[in-house]
Amino acid sequence: MMRKLKTFRGGLHPPEHKERTARLPIEDCPLPEELVIPLSQHIGAPAEVCVAKGDKVSRGQLIGRARGFVSVPVHASTSGEVLAVEPRPHPSGKWLPAVVLRPDGADAWGEAPTPVDHRELAPEQLRELIRSAGVVGLGGAAFPTHVKLSPPPEKPIHTLLINGVECEPYLTADHRLMLEESARILTGIDILRRVLGARRVCIGIEANKPDAIAHLDEVCRGTEVEVAALAVKYPQGAEKQLIAALVGREVPSGGLPMDLGVVVHNVGTAAAVADAVAQGMPLIERVTTLTGPALVQPKNLRVRIGTPLRHLVEVCGGLKVDLAKIICGGPMMGAAQLSLEVPVVRGTSGVLLLGEDDKAARAEGACIRCGRCVRACPSSILPTTIAAYARLDRFEDAERFRAMDCIECGCCSYSCPAAIPLVQAVRHAKAAILARRRKL
Amino acid sequence: MIEAVLSIGGIGLTAAVALGLAAKKFAVEVDPRELAVLEALPGANCGACGFPGCGGFAKALVEGKANPNACTPGGQGTVEKIAHILGIAAVAADPRVAVVLCQGDNRQAALKYRYVGMGDCNAAQRLAEGPKQCPGGCLGLGSCARICPFGAIEITDEGLAVISRELCTGCTKCVAACPRNVIRMTPLSASVHVLCNSHDKGAQVRKYCAVGCIACHICAKTVPGAYVIEEFLARVIYEHHQEAGAAVEKCPTHCIRDFARGYPPGSRFAAPTVPVGGKSAA
Ligand code: SF4
Ligand code: SF4
Ligand code: SF4
Ligand code: SF4
Repeated sequence: MMRKLKTFRGGLHPPEHKERTARLPIEDCPLPEELVIPLSQHIGAPAEVCVAKGDKVSRGQLIGRARGFVSVPVHASTSGEVLAVEPRPHPSGKWLPAVVLRPDGADAWGEAPTPVDHRELAPEQLRELIRSAGVVGLGGAAFPTHVKLSPPPEKPIHTLLINGVECEPYLTADHRLMLEESARILTGIDILRRVLGARRVCIGIEANKPDAIAHLDEVCRGTEVEVAALAVKYPQGAEKQLIAALVGREVPSGGLPMDLGVVVHNVGTAAAVADAVAQGMPLIERVTTLTGPALVQPKNLRVRIGTPLRHLVEVCGGLKVDLAKIICGGPMMGAAQLSLEVPVVRGTSGVLLLGEDDKAARAEGACIRCGRCVRACPSSILPTTIAAYARLDRFEDAERFRAMDCIECGCCSYSCPAAIPLVQAVRHAKAAILARRRKL
Repeated sequence: MIEAVLSIGGIGLTAAVALGLAAKKFAVEVDPRELAVLEALPGANCGACGFPGCGGFAKALVEGKANPNACTPGGQGTVEKIAHILGIAAVAADPRVAVVLCQGDNRQAALKYRYVGMGDCNAAQRLAEGPKQCPGGCLGLGSCARICPFGAIEITDEGLAVISRELCTGCTKCVAACPRNVIRMTPLSASVHVLCNSHDKGAQVRKYCAVGCIACHICAKTVPGAYVIEEFLARVIYEHHQEAGAAVEKCPTHCIRDFARGYPPGSRFAAPTVPVGGKSAA
């Protein structure tokens, strides 16, 4: 029975901490008093607001128009009144324009969403439905899905990979979605496959979710969709690492999965695609994991976009200890937050609440040349060398050592015994390199 | 053994001959004036002139494509030397120094979050726009100090950058390095500055900084014409810097500083001995 599980080179295995929520069914989160819906929830140009203070909006109504191809529209998460359009705290740490909405309690759609049979639509029509529903990658990156579904004609796609890995510690939202709502996922997969014209479809799941693997295996039986168990190793869910494990090829430096004829979508994104097309519903909610040792009752919640974290904490029974750190996303790649006023956005795959004792803050030391960061780096670059160049502002040298190949997984920082902020230094170098390229 | 020595020697000899021939064949004519000009330049390769290093600047000068004034570190002395070598007229330069327009160190200004990470202002700025509540204040992680070729910038124990008016040559490298745009080039003759860089309203500034400009207009009322308040921030009008000093004592938050009377608290730089309006013999 023990067969060798597929995986990639490098990486590591941090404590999983998933037991808190892995067995808890998804609950619907009640609406808060006030929703804060940012106009920038995706990679690309922010949406352009098309409502004003005082307007009454219905659930699913367009409140922000997409600006350009790499951009998606934003919709009202419930019915209610627009209290303001103003800068509000955003998960990026900045204050960014948002539509502040007071729910009226009716939660009423304008026109009821119209379900359609996706098998009767052409790929262009499907793509347009996905775009106008505002679907983005729900794994965390929030890249507009329709862009990934528009490969140039010279790059035909033969393989569609579905990412059910969820390799970040603590997070279980995708796990629950696979167990409880596999029908949505499978509809979404069928739509994605048709748009891309892919022949092979494979769902990759880490072996630490045997129930999800067994369940999907069962529901996929008789279809052409494969289900693959993968070794439990972080960052198995990163796009390039998933491709390495399932396709056995490496995306070239500076290249895209498309170059190999592969496209990767997250299981949550597939479910959102099914809602967008088959149900005619825009992306106004997502499943996210509320967890962490500071929380009284961790939960997997279906949350309306724009719900402030403070409300979620209340729904989870409040805090056990003083809050020392709030992270949106997982502990490895998530972003620390300044306050609980920040709302859930489309990319919020989880919220992690830590107390003072849960933070491991060590003082930085000198590099002891142990090579652990190099061994852990899934991108096969030299984090310590790049970081050293970044500190000296020698960004050309950092670029020569392939700083741009860094996927910001944090394996290097995690494994460094000297607590050197390696991933921060590499990111700093990447930003400086990009800034210089723009200037040239 | 002997063969090895001989063959190595042989290779060496061949290479020497080849190099000698190449040196003759590919020799580049260098204008002797270019060498003289290069000699006269400070050799800091700071790039303030806009050319790649002092060498590039020397070449451009000889070709008549640059003005000797462009070398700010060199000062008037260099301008005159170059003018003499090239036989052109020396135009007097107005010496400039960089000033950090902030006094909000870690005792005075509140933090937004505790920053643990790379000691670099640009890296810190990328995390939620920096750990300080004030959007314009100095982060004190020393990106400017590291880049200054003249060692003119110190970071105080409380995390504030202070620039020596004697060591600064006006090369502007620090201005480009600072992510918060808090360093300004100013005339050396002007010693009075409003050391604040926040355009927030007064009530907001009071919440996060004890020494920020609250846009109360007292300075402008005390010395009309020497101060201008724009977007809730006062600035000295440097043409009228002589009069500006009269408002220093009047500012309720003490954010106006006369450098002739000393550097911000925490600085190890001695109060400038330079009389207002002139540079010490450079
Ligand atoms: S250098 Fe980048 S890709 Fe490599 S381990 Fe560090 S964060 Fe991950
Ligand atoms: S002046 Fe700018 S670069 Fe220098 S320490 Fe302050 S914030 Fe950093
Ligand atoms: S302080 Fe700034 S302008 Fe002055 S010499 Fe140093 S880097 Fe140049
Ligand atoms: S007196 Fe001080 S606080 Fe008031 S406007 Fe002038 S500089 Fe700002």
